[in-house]
Amino acid sequence: MGKTLAEKMLSEKSGQDACAGGIVIARVDVAAFQDGTGPLGVRQLQKMHLEKLRAPKAILFIDHAAPSPRKELSNDHMLLREFSRKSGAILSDIGEGVIHQRLVESYVKPGDVVIGADSHTCTSGALGAFATGMGSTDVAIGMAMGRTWFKVPETFRVEVKGDFTPGVGSKDLILYLIGLLGADGATYKALEFGGPAIEKMSMESRFVLANMAVEAGAKTGLIASDRITKEYLRSRGRTKDWRALAPDKDAEYERVIEIDARKLVPQVAFPHTVDNTRNISKALGIKVDQVFLGTCTNGRIEDLKIAAQIIRGKQRAPGTRLVVVPASRDVFLSAMKSGLLDVFVRAGGIVLGPGCGPCVGVHQGILGDGEVCLSTANRNFRGRMGNPEGLVYLASPATAAYSAIKGEISDPRDVYAKKRRRGRVMKPRRKKK
Amino acid sequence: MVLKGKAWKFGDSISTDLICPGRYFHLRSNLPELAKHVLEDADAQFAAQMARGDFVVAGGNFGLGSSREHAPTIIKLAGVSAVLAKSFARIFYRNAINVGLPLVECDTDLIEQGDELTVDLAAGTVQDFTKKIELKSHSLPRAMLNILNDGGLLAHIEKHGDFKLD
Repeated sequence: MGKTLAEKMLSEKSGQDACAGGIVIARVDVAAFQDGTGPLGVRQLQKMHLEKLRAPKAILFIDHAAPSPRKELSNDHMLLREFSRKSGAILSDIGEGVIHQRLVESYVKPGDVVIGADSHTCTSGALGAFATGMGSTDVAIGMAMGRTWFKVPETFRVEVKGDFTPGVGSKDLILYLIGLLGADGATYKALEFGGPAIEKMSMESRFVLANMAVEAGAKTGLIASDRITKEYLRSRGRTKDWRALAPDKDAEYERVIEIDARKLVPQVAFPHTVDNTRNISKALGIKVDQVFLGTCTNGRIEDLKIAAQIIRGKQRAPGTRLVVVPASRDVFLSAMKSGLLDVFVRAGGIVLGPGCGPCVGVHQGILGDGEVCLSTANRNFRGRMGNPEGLVYLASPATAAYSAIKGEISDPRDVYAKKRRRGRVMKPRRKKK
Repeated sequence: MVLKGKAWKFGDSISTDLICPGRYFHLRSNLPELAKHVLEDADAQFAAQMARGDFVVAGGNFGLGSSREHAPTIIKLAGVSAVLAKSFARIFYRNAINVGLPLVECDTDLIEQGDELTVDLAAGTVQDFTKKIELKSHSLPRAMLNILNDGGLLAHIEKHGDFKLD
């Protein structure tokens, strides 16, 4: 019987024949903490005197509250820095960016087992790595022992065909899928994305799919490692890290879900659950107090380019704040170089340093009572952005950008339709080399 | 082990943001203080009014969202003896066992706020004395039972020097 991507990777890393439903103990290649989960993990390691770390890459990311807005968090950061010095764990300090963006840029390679004390660790699955979120103690033990245990997940294959309509993209696809499955529809499962639309999808768009797998309850979101993965790693100066990895043709899936990208329309997740998704027609006209463009879901250069194309030369609507947070230092630099940051600032937006920004409700854009935020993040739970009385809607960068200039939730397909009528074809601007 | 206490009823989809709100991020290294806010955004009265030994009783997909282990940790620290729910989110489930917080997966529809319950973890039964009913719970997988019985993952590794799951 053939193997799914998850079964293949876990077989290789456990030395056992990993089949869905079984339990394996697998080698861990990358183990990561962030500043919200790291202090607890580090204390667990100290309690057990396990400061010698066997995971080949042990990394501490300071991104959730970066730079620190409070003395308590400054002290947590000190603990992480001190632990890095003593243990040799890599430190990714303030300004370097969000854990998941930094992991895919510089650390994770196809075939790796990646555990992170952050639920969106599944993002790295888009590179063809078995990547999943766990708690502080699990990651601490995995970091120290270089191994952890997994139940091998059953797999849902998500087969996507057809071309996306201009103004519709991978964020709309994943929101649609989560709405279809429900927030617990894929609990314990792996989501494996494939098909013609995925095969030609950019790496940056693929990360969005894997990132949000957990919002359907999934353990990880996986995509085969192919020529697009290879090109991405090459662009990061990591050609050597690439290897091909694909599921077997006769792999057994618990469920196959087919989606035609041509039929997708922009999606909006309404408060307060991610699976509360609706077609944009149901959201049109909702007044927006704050637009947040960023995060490990949609804070990459492709996202900022799409948003800047829509915003260029326009102003944010009066009464609608625009907060832009590039996901990493490289995204920030690239956006600065290509003039994208200029577009946002001239439009009346504010650009903050790389990190999680207001996503977790710690700082940098906490909502007031009854305020509406249209966010490109991955979660809209009550209280998520620091105030249980705030209302968070989730959408794509295109929807967020167009809504920022309109002041209310608006359909980005209008922008592309207008441009077409004027005889202009919207293509991403190519950077001059 | 037989646990005894009163039911505190919650709905479906109780996220880790409701259990352990992000606005208390700065209290994560001060767990006793953080525990005073446990489940605050789902029921503002809960932390102040619950008694040690009481149960959290919820609907489906309890604990969805963030991987913060602080969520099950402060539920335990507040004195909750077990969480009963129709289903649990994956990371929360693993975290709860790792920190030694018992979880009981059963049909919670008939249990109401304030019901007097006893839970027998080994037998997998829940008695509701107020309603005079007995509910069966799904048993934990062997691997998780081993970790829970050892008192959590840290104690498990200390005891066996490695994972001992079967």
